[in-house]
Amino acid sequence: MGLILSEDQLILHDMAKSFFDEKSPMERMRALRDTSDDTGFTRELWKEMGELGWIGILLPEAFGGADMGYGELGVVLSECGRALAPEPFMSTVLLGGNAILLGGSEPLQKDLLPDVCTGDRILAMAFQEQGRFTPYAVETRATKDGGGFKIRGEKLFVLDGHVADQIVTVARTSGSGGERDGLSLFVVDTSAAGVEVQRTQMLDGRNAARVRFEDTAVDAARVLGELDAGADVLDTVLDRATIGLCAEMLGTFEEAFERTLEYLKNREQFGVKIGTFQALRHRASEMYGELEFARSVVRDAQSSIDDGRDDVAQMASAAKARCSDVGNLIGGEAIQMFGGIGMTDEEDIGLFFKRLKAAEVTLGDAIYHRNRYASLRGY
Amino acid sequence: MASIEDFKQEVRSFIEANLPAQLRVGNRKDLPGALLGKWITALSGRGWITPEWPTEYGGGGLDRKHAAALKAEFKAVRAPIISSFGTSMLGPTLLEFGNEAQKKEFLPPISRHEIKWCQGYSEPGAGSDLASLQTRAEKQGDEYIITGQKIWTTGADKADWIFCLVRTDPDVAKHDGISFILFPMSQPEIEVSPLHLIDGTAEFSQVFFDGARAKAEHLVGPVNGGWTIAKRLLQHERSVEGGSEGGLSGAAKETYVDIVKREIGFENGVLADATIRQRLAQQELDAQALKLTMARAREQARAGQTTRDIGSLGKYRWANMVKSEQDLVMTALGSQGLGWDGPGFEDTQLERTKTWLITRADSIWGGTNEVQLNVIAKRVLQIPE
Repeated sequence: MGLILSEDQLILHDMAKSFFDEKSPMERMRALRDTSDDTGFTRELWKEMGELGWIGILLPEAFGGADMGYGELGVVLSECGRALAPEPFMSTVLLGGNAILLGGSEPLQKDLLPDVCTGDRILAMAFQEQGRFTPYAVETRATKDGGGFKIRGEKLFVLDGHVADQIVTVARTSGSGGERDGLSLFVVDTSAAGVEVQRTQMLDGRNAARVRFEDTAVDAARVLGELDAGADVLDTVLDRATIGLCAEMLGTFEEAFERTLEYLKNREQFGVKIGTFQALRHRASEMYGELEFARSVVRDAQSSIDDGRDDVAQMASAAKARCSDVGNLIGGEAIQMFGGIGMTDEEDIGLFFKRLKAAEVTLGDAIYHRNRYASLRGY
Repeated sequence: MASIEDFKQEVRSFIEANLPAQLRVGNRKDLPGALLGKWITALSGRGWITPEWPTEYGGGGLDRKHAAALKAEFKAVRAPIISSFGTSMLGPTLLEFGNEAQKKEFLPPISRHEIKWCQGYSEPGAGSDLASLQTRAEKQGDEYIITGQKIWTTGADKADWIFCLVRTDPDVAKHDGISFILFPMSQPEIEVSPLHLIDGTAEFSQVFFDGARAKAEHLVGPVNGGWTIAKRLLQHERSVEGGSEGGLSGAAKETYVDIVKREIGFENGVLADATIRQRLAQQELDAQALKLTMARAREQARAGQTTRDIGSLGKYRWANMVKSEQDLVMTALGSQGLGWDGPGFEDTQLERTKTWLITRADSIWGGTNEVQLNVIAKRVLQIPE
């Protein structure tokens, strides 16, 4: 895969763009937020995306998927990001779906993934236990219980956990503290006894959940990957999800930048367009440069997965470090350049700013990923 | 034209016959002069110093594919690269804008690496705002008489000829009264005064013209049409700089990453200073992102997709990258980066200090950072002024 969109990807791009333009105006996202909608996204729209083949874009055709790559998924996610569409790509496709695809037994995949492709099944993934992203800091325990396991512990920031049918849960089966070894992944039904899901609303209008497991029983057939070596699956899932999230962020800050550019070209103060002021022109150019950099890195990160390269982890961290910083830069500058109106809820630019903050924190910020990149580079 | 494979074979035979082992060490300043001279003669015999120029002007007459193959073969054996202002900047400009007589007169010696050229662009009052240059050229018979001053002229003290921007009409808008003209440097009316820079070198000069003479037939392009040529030539300059991906020109082979690792050291398997570790990672990430962005622009151009002018962004980010790379090295070296001369410092440390100093200029020459940001705002983002 190259650094630019292929002809097929350009067609997909145009399709996705007109889909979100038509079906996902800002008013939809605002209405979901303002009514504290129980679901937090539009199920009918999600199913339509299923019919278009977008939910199952990564999944094998045998499960109803399209068997395509991250280059294609990225095209859709970027348009999703432009529209601030809150549909559950992150939770269901990139996290839960990927975990089952990469670590699940064939019967389990057959059981769960076809309904994912149609949009009928919502998945989530519970890994985080503290505010800052530290994926191996897992205290939640799974202990052997007859032929299966019992899980006890509490998770937070489980994206779309409030509507998920299954939650892929990271629990410790051995070891302690922040150790990478000793983690295992379990597919837990949210309807199971001993699962308590508390919805949490976030600043970007989306939902996550705190999830408590009180001796929740899970069958041994619902372990993903190897017992105690769940981090092998977890790392791959998180890398891929991170690269997917970056594609969404790219669309979000592209749109925020374009809106800000329009504002600079039209807003008048002191009798002139504010875009004539060099202080603002230089900052706009700076943002453009960062945006171009982000686009190149995200695209190459997608290629690293699709081409089966061995530097996916490095590229995931490269992309997320960059996109987190660029999101901060463009989001912050957008508010500043819109001035007072940018502080109002009425002006849409603030919605982009808030989404970019949430995305920055999700799956690790720039500091986390620069540290990780350094480790992967041997320093 | 020969098939690429046959051509590569031909190049390899040429290398075997003409490139002695002592020269297969890349570009270094201390290459043995006599051997280098022989290599240059052999190259120019084939037109391979300027492989893509037409043979009638001393070039190799190669298409892009063959020229790339030639370059790759030379690179594989670390042959010294023979390039100059003449080959990389003036030559391409003459090929585009020069008349037949000018091409015939000037291109063959350039392709033989015979004449040293310098570039008379900047003036004390015309740096970033180059078009406000004041050096006058007044027509007298079939000559122009040149009066004024240039600055930042690389290699003026060694140059045989100068390509120079001069004002031929002071009474029109500043961009419309500039011409591009060539003349020899060995004239009593020209005085060259080297500029000693903050790193201790003196590669640049001030050049004073007090009635220097240029033949009217050596004015390139239309009279008062020099600005278009000047801009195009600057593009050649930017493509040389932006394409070189930073790095050092000198002999220092150790990368900034190596130095930081060595000087800072490791604790528990990671770099001992958490902040410097973050900066090093950012530095590597910026270098990678620039490289990918330039590669993406090339892919876009090949695919015929509309491309936005990436030159200014490339130059701007390249300059920042090189400067912060050297900042990081200085941070790692601490007081061992402060040496100027004499004992107490290793040669490589002294070289690092000077490299840090001279790279301050990367965000100034070839268009300052501020000019690049202006260009992006105007041309790429199209924000009305």
